[in-house]
Amino acid sequence: MMDLYKIALRNLLRYKRRTLLTASLITIGVVFVLVFMAVSGSFKAMMIGQITDAMLGHIQIHKKGYVASIDNLPLNLNLKAPAITRIEEALRQQKDIEAYSPRLKFGGLFSNFNESTNIRLNGVYPDREFKTVPLLTARIASGKKTLGKGEIFIPSLLAKGMKVKVGDPVVIVATNKDGSVNGKPFVVAGILESVTGPGGRDGYIHIEDAAEVLRMPELEISEVAIRLKDFDRLQSTFQELEKRLAMEFEKDGKFPLEIHTWEGLTPFFNIARMLDIMTFFIKLMLVALVLISVLNVMIMAVYERIREIGTMAAIGTPPGKILALFMLEGFSLGVLGTLIGCGVGMLLIFILNLAHITFNFGQQQGLLLEASIRPGALLSICGIVIIVSVLASLQPAFKASRMEPITALRHV
Amino acid sequence: MSLVVAEAITKDYRTGDITIRAIGGISFAIDTASFVSFIGPSGSGKTTLLNLIGCLDAPTSGRLTVAGTDVGTLDRRQGAAFRGTNIGFIFQDFNLLPVLTAYENIEYPLIMVQKVPPEERRRRVTALLTTVGMADQANKRPDQLSGGQKQRVAIARALVTDPKIVLADEPTANLDSHTAHTVIELMKKIRDERRTTFIFSTHDQKLVGEVEVLFTLEDGLLKGRSSGEDKP
Repeated sequence: MMDLYKIALRNLLRYKRRTLLTASLITIGVVFVLVFMAVSGSFKAMMIGQITDAMLGHIQIHKKGYVASIDNLPLNLNLKAPAITRIEEALRQQKDIEAYSPRLKFGGLFSNFNESTNIRLNGVYPDREFKTVPLLTARIASGKKTLGKGEIFIPSLLAKGMKVKVGDPVVIVATNKDGSVNGKPFVVAGILESVTGPGGRDGYIHIEDAAEVLRMPELEISEVAIRLKDFDRLQSTFQELEKRLAMEFEKDGKFPLEIHTWEGLTPFFNIARMLDIMTFFIKLMLVALVLISVLNVMIMAVYERIREIGTMAAIGTPPGKILALFMLEGFSLGVLGTLIGCGVGMLLIFILNLAHITFNFGQQQGLLLEASIRPGALLSICGIVIIVSVLASLQPAFKASRMEPITALRHV
Repeated sequence: MSLVVAEAITKDYRTGDITIRAIGGISFAIDTASFVSFIGPSGSGKTTLLNLIGCLDAPTSGRLTVAGTDVGTLDRRQGAAFRGTNIGFIFQDFNLLPVLTAYENIEYPLIMVQKVPPEERRRRVTALLTTVGMADQANKRPDQLSGGQKQRVAIARALVTDPKIVLADEPTANLDSHTAHTVIELMKKIRDERRTTFIFSTHDQKLVGEVEVLFTLEDGLLKGRSSGEDKP
């Protein structure tokens, strides 16, 4: 095999310019894909990070039917105390959960005593919420980073529109499940930047204040937001948790809860998917580039060396070895282009990171581009290119191995 | 027992609807350690016959036995294995592999065809390089060698597997007369030392004068066989 490989390499070196040209094409393709994956991956990770770490959490649990009417923040689809206890018990048993935060969500009226507007409120246990969505505190543009009873965080656009500052008194009025209206005064403790850009209307108060506003004799919650220790294990944890909750809650084939990853809760998942689809098509272009370049060069190689193939066959070289020789040439071309491509690609990614490129996402300004590529993704690109190179050389190699020596020797 | 036995062999080639008979039903036998040549004008069937003996092609009809094997029954893989073991080829244009040195060209069949261990390979290749007088050119590639040197390497490559038969199609056609004479002498010497059968197809009168058995072909038919003093 080594001898065959030696001959294959020498054959490639025999046509240096052509080999370099083909390897360069593969290199350019690999570099382009790696840099695109690193940059788009960085953007995607940042976007997912902002949405999950500042607002959604990684997984959420609701009562069945809640998510379909989430825009109305229905109070009649809240989880009751016994269910909350059982959910919390299940969450405690799940080892890969870092934190979780029960939330009581409702729509209300926000008043600064002169004018009023509607607001979506999240009643939370501040400490648990900050652990579950750690970037929430980063969104506090002004005010304190803690939330006590009787205090409220309000979104910045609402603060601006209603001319409310940190420390100002405000009133929240809400209608409870029974239809009666109640109000409670709060002090503005902080003003929040929105994650997703203008239009955010989510405020935060202490969960006990929320229960008081809604006159709940016993605490109910709308959702449980969950943060995982390892985001990469999202799907497996989600499945485990779903199974665990099903065991706990399923009765007569009916499951009274619904559980979603962040993907099912925000339209930004579609942007993430679009990035994945773009990456897929870029990879497809790379495959086409490698396929065409290697196929072209190997067809040329076979055509130019017909007499040589005839000689090898006449001497007694088994067809399998002639096939292997040409496939090794294609393989070597792929390896050469991949190695140079990976080297140049990683260097470019390093340079991109040195340049400290920043961009904005929603209200978040100056987010640093941290281009990186996972070893698994790097290996998969190398694998794809090398496999495609080998596949591209298969047809010409097969043709060479099937050549009749007598015909090949007659070739001029 | 004869090394090559042809019994009424024919070879037809089809070009579209036209069938051309290249060999028209000939019979002959060649003994071991012979120095044989097929002569005849262009198109007489010399090369076709050599290709049939070399298992590069199969007869259309008749029976051709080489080293005890009916070569018409071999498939592609068996044919390759048979050639690798029993037959050595010397081509008119030398047909050395351009990316290999003289040494590696000679070694090639031992690696690719016979899987001979490295020590044994070294021994055989070195001995043959010395025999053909190319020991000092071992590391040169074909493009660094003269025509005569290339043909010596080709002879060594044909002999390295210790074949029963060496087939040489116009082996002296591309050589000057002095080099051609040296190459013929070399092949005769090897025949004497190894009892290898040499079968040529040639127009070259120098080579014709040196062979021991001469078959004359014309229009695919065997027109005569002469040996020793009978030769023209």
